[in-house]
Amino acid sequence: MAHATANAEAGRSDEIMVDLQRVNKWYGDFHVLKDVSLTVRRGERIVVCGPSGSGKSTLIRCINRLEEHQQGRILVENIELTNDVKNIEMIRREVGMVFQSFNLFPHLTVLENCTLAPLWVRKMPQREAAAVAMKFLERVRIPEQAEKYPGQLSGGQQQRVAIARSLCMMPQVMLFDEPTSALDPEMIKEVLDVMVELAHEGMTMICVTHEMGFAKSVADNVVFMDQGEIVEMAPPAEFFTNPRSDRTKAFLSQILAH
Amino acid sequence: MAREGLGQSAATASSGVVWWRNPTIRGVIAQVVVVVLLVAVVWYLVHNTITNLNERSIRTGFSFLDQEAGFAIGEALIAFAPTDTYGRALLVGLLNTLRVSLIGIVLATLLGVVIGIARLSSNWLVAKLASVYVEVTRNIPLLLQLFFWYTIVTQLLPAVREALEPVPGVVLSKSGLQFPIVVGDPTHLPVLGVLALSIVAAFVYRRHAYRRQRETGQEPRLLWPMLAIICLPALAVFLVTGAPLELDVPEFTRFNYRGGASVTPEFLALLLGLSIYTAGFIAEIVRSGILAVPWGQTEAAAALGFRRGLQLRLIVLPQALRIIVPPTTSNYLNLTKNSSLAVAIGYPDLVSVGNTTLNQTGQAIECISIMMAIYLTISLLISAFMNWYNRRIALVER
Repeated sequence: MAHATANAEAGRSDEIMVDLQRVNKWYGDFHVLKDVSLTVRRGERIVVCGPSGSGKSTLIRCINRLEEHQQGRILVENIELTNDVKNIEMIRREVGMVFQSFNLFPHLTVLENCTLAPLWVRKMPQREAAAVAMKFLERVRIPEQAEKYPGQLSGGQQQRVAIARSLCMMPQVMLFDEPTSALDPEMIKEVLDVMVELAHEGMTMICVTHEMGFAKSVADNVVFMDQGEIVEMAPPAEFFTNPRSDRTKAFLSQILAH
Repeated sequence: MAREGLGQSAATASSGVVWWRNPTIRGVIAQVVVVVLLVAVVWYLVHNTITNLNERSIRTGFSFLDQEAGFAIGEALIAFAPTDTYGRALLVGLLNTLRVSLIGIVLATLLGVVIGIARLSSNWLVAKLASVYVEVTRNIPLLLQLFFWYTIVTQLLPAVREALEPVPGVVLSKSGLQFPIVVGDPTHLPVLGVLALSIVAAFVYRRHAYRRQRETGQEPRLLWPMLAIICLPALAVFLVTGAPLELDVPEFTRFNYRGGASVTPEFLALLLGLSIYTAGFIAEIVRSGILAVPWGQTEAAAALGFRRGLQLRLIVLPQALRIIVPPTTSNYLNLTKNSSLAVAIGYPDLVSVGNTTLNQTGQAIECISIMMAIYLTISLLISAFMNWYNRRIALVER
């Protein structure tokens, strides 16, 4: 395991970043999340997979309160998510999110997309915000597109800008909600490369994805969800070679068949 | 032979094809025919008109504008007497049209934005009431609505003697709306001057606040500081000059209320009708504009930690306004043009005065063309202004 040492160097610790305790959520009568508990430590990389409709997107959207949970507790950096708007905003500042459909702001340039939140939310001076933005745009390898509008970029480029935009807020945790599902096959790799790099730098990440190659190479733990429950959670080596539950086996045989 | 001919016609269009099958020549012929027909029709109409006018010995020309009008106008923004000229009568009509249109545009916008947002409300009752408003106002002809409001104002409101007084000094009755006005005082001039300067100062402050944000990151606080900058100096000057505030309040004399300012029932009905009708359309435009911004934009802004107000101001509204402004422009134009229905309830707008002038002078062509030219000018001016505004907020995307 070559990156076991890399992990240690990347500043992993026992400090708990995200803690979900018996979280329940319903959409009307439909029970989306059933007693979900999950603990994520600083520097840990979690990949969440499962069939569609299993509640994995809902799960990570609860962590920054894009969805409201109805029972149980969610703590981010020991701050509990309550209905207090100030609390929610505080947590959202520390939690970055990358969406399946990018959601870049079409009326702003790439650079403005990246500086808007640091300027207004972090109250950073323009010059500093621009410097930070350029640093992260270089990290995702598109500094030359800074003055363009999102509509002028390819899907892969847009998703990399979206990652840079989140990073500009210096988040403690990054959530990825199927970041490559809306991309053409040849663009998936450029986004995954950026995510792998981010993982190696020690970012705490929770990724909902079907990219099993990504899970194998960077995840510390793979979580398998089905029908609103966490069915199984194991390190990738164990998860892929020796799944315990039948549901996991069935899912893996389908997804790894091709 | 045939195959050769086909190949040739594709390569060189002009050679080897009979001329009436050549698209270029056909095109030229078609255009010549259209121009000849157009000239013929125009010539016929003009000739016919001139002949008819000559037969009835009607003088053409605009000299009638300098003649005495000889009719009275119910309400005028500038002094008008029957001894004034037709030209001045038309000017009075134009000013009346502008007055009802401008106030109507402001009211329709305010009401429309409120109703449009209300229709998106998560409060079931508020949303349903707004839907009912929109469906009712948009689906009943404006002319009927004008009659409706005119009836309400002139029939259902109490007589002057039992006038409604919702707020002390504001009197509503069959003969219209009367309300108090401030009596002018020489010291009001410096107050207004200071107010004008303060407004400029407030915008200078706004620029400064944005620059300070770029330099230090401090979030610009705009609403309260700007309000204070605008109001406080003027208030101070007003108090220093001894606060001379005398209100001219309408008071009941023997037969009716005197004093204050008043608007006629006709104006009131027309203003209500136009604003309420147009607000229905504007509400739908506002609603669709806000809905047209994908929900993902709001989610992305929320995920970055923007508070609700900033999400709307920085992300949603800039994208929604771009969709809202162009159709709103055309509704402003509609409202202005629809104000010509004033003639039906007897409000002396441009068309009403123009009609009277036409009937008295018989100068139909001149009167109609004056009115058309004026409406065209007003519409083009509104268009030009709104296009300028649209360019300012239009956002490049690619």
